[in-house]
Amino acid sequence: MKNIFLATYLAIKEVVRNKGRFLLVALVIALITLLVLFIAALGEGLANGNRQYVANLDAQLVVFLEKSDYSISSSRLETNTVKSVRRVDGVADAGAIYTSSTEIVSLPEPLKVSMLGAEPGRPGMPPILDGREFRGGEAREAVIDRNVALRTDIQVGDTIQIRSTQGTEDEFFELKIVGLVEGQSYFFQPTIFVPAATWEKIRPQSESELTSDTPYPNIIAVKLTDPLQTEAMSARLTEKVTNIEVADIDTTINNIPGYSAQQGTVQTQGVFTLLIGILVIGGFFQIQILQKVPQIGVLKAIGSSNGVVGLSAVIQIIFVTALGVGIGGGLTYLFSLGFPPTIPLVFNGARSLIAIALLLAIGPFGGMVSIIYAVRIEPLKALRLG
Amino acid sequence: MSTIALEVRDLVKSFSLDGATINAVDHVSFQVKSGEFVALVGPSGSGKTTMLSILAALLTPTSGQVLIDGQDLAQMNEKQRVKLRREKIGFTFQSNNLIPFLSARENVEFMLRLNGRLDHASRIRSDELLARLGLSDRLHNLPAQMSGGQQQRVAIARALIHNPAVVLADEPTASLDTERAYQVVETFANLIHENERAGIIVTHDLRMCQYVDRVLQMQDGKLVRIYEDKKEIIELARGTIH
Repeated sequence: MKNIFLATYLAIKEVVRNKGRFLLVALVIALITLLVLFIAALGEGLANGNRQYVANLDAQLVVFLEKSDYSISSSRLETNTVKSVRRVDGVADAGAIYTSSTEIVSLPEPLKVSMLGAEPGRPGMPPILDGREFRGGEAREAVIDRNVALRTDIQVGDTIQIRSTQGTEDEFFELKIVGLVEGQSYFFQPTIFVPAATWEKIRPQSESELTSDTPYPNIIAVKLTDPLQTEAMSARLTEKVTNIEVADIDTTINNIPGYSAQQGTVQTQGVFTLLIGILVIGGFFQIQILQKVPQIGVLKAIGSSNGVVGLSAVIQIIFVTALGVGIGGGLTYLFSLGFPPTIPLVFNGARSLIAIALLLAIGPFGGMVSIIYAVRIEPLKALRLG
Repeated sequence: MSTIALEVRDLVKSFSLDGATINAVDHVSFQVKSGEFVALVGPSGSGKTTMLSILAALLTPTSGQVLIDGQDLAQMNEKQRVKLRREKIGFTFQSNNLIPFLSARENVEFMLRLNGRLDHASRIRSDELLARLGLSDRLHNLPAQMSGGQQQRVAIARALIHNPAVVLADEPTASLDTERAYQVVETFANLIHENERAGIIVTHDLRMCQYVDRVLQMQDGKLVRIYEDKKEIIELARGTIH
């Protein structure tokens, strides 16, 4: 305990009497923190933009067309597949999901959105926060997600106009907004939900597709009676229903086009920034220890133990790192207030917390070499013999 | 009656250099009593600093014994040596003496902190000692804000504040002008005598010997001569004998 008090005393005195030097290092750490947190937020934001709808599905399994490699856009199921899936023992419910994209043009700035067809009350259709579910059949009703509401002035009760290219012509359709759901971003775009029949009618399609009025679902979201039996149910579904392949939610997310590559890139950037942080902190403290060799020699010669010298270095490193991370966190928060919602930054994810924990750990980790060096300095360094 | 604070018995320290063994300290024996101020002199390479390092429990001898306050250094492990340096030994060094981020008062009090003896009474004693050394207006100054002589005086206060059995000074006047050097060594000698400590000063400047009680002259690792007669010591300091 005495060692801790002595080490704390020495560490604090040195920091207080050399404020400028330590503040400079703290500011470097703050800048690294800013960078790491923004990369983490960008990673979270991009991941969110890509996977939010799939991650929020009230389902444990997703059914794809066989040999579609779990790619949602490549999968196109038969219309009766959803009924077959519902009949399998252990399936609590299943909902067909139809994916496409369109553009809301009844705005000062047109907004590209994902247009998803889903069945009210079934897996695939998120719970309504405001308004009501859309009516089925040919009703031209839609539900928007919160991302659409945040980026535009569209509210429940409004009518929007969308533009879809069908064949070689641009077609315009009006949709009445009847409900609002939580953010359900899909493929980096905010989302509108429509009934399957409406989806088939208004989605962009090629000349050859115009001849058919039958909507074919891309995937089916499957809710299980026992959510833990994903592997067994996956095998059972594949066995009982023909021409399908089944994946869990994580596999589905990882197979969203570009998702894994994008996340890998962002994570690599984060790791490299942390490595730079370790080198910067390690370099600073190593130089500082080299400058302090005679001083440490004197401390040891007059009776300070290795514990006091080492602990003092550790306390300084932790203090400077915590100060830097604190300043960096504050700066990140202030900067984040000025960013428009179109930039995909999400700061409230576990990623930010992991980044902060890693940033706090890089100080002692980076300074480890200098701490070991300090402990190994011979007290003879205080004398000319050293 | 003065007690023996430091005893060196047949001390040897050998180093290997290019395959040859060199005795930096070669069968040296002497004693220093409490209240006695002794100078260790000799030319460069005579073994003075090696001897001081062994007395300070910083270097392990090849053979022989060093007893400080009756405790044999050879019987101690590293932890016990650190404790001995903290409690029984006071130090001043040639340079880089003080902790640069502690004020004069904090540097002196640090020895008390190290020994878990910092209280109101010891704080007053620390300030009194610094005042005695003419530093009452420098209590809050950092080392960089003081002259070399003032820093050495702070180091003397630090070396004495915890009442060690032995006070060791390694060339404390090396970076001082003559006037300051005399002042520092005279003050040091007075405090050694008043506080009944055993003091050993390593110096190449024989003029400083005028303040000591005994001079131990080393050459090639051996203790070649001991000056005990005050008249002889004064002559040595004046350069009339070599």
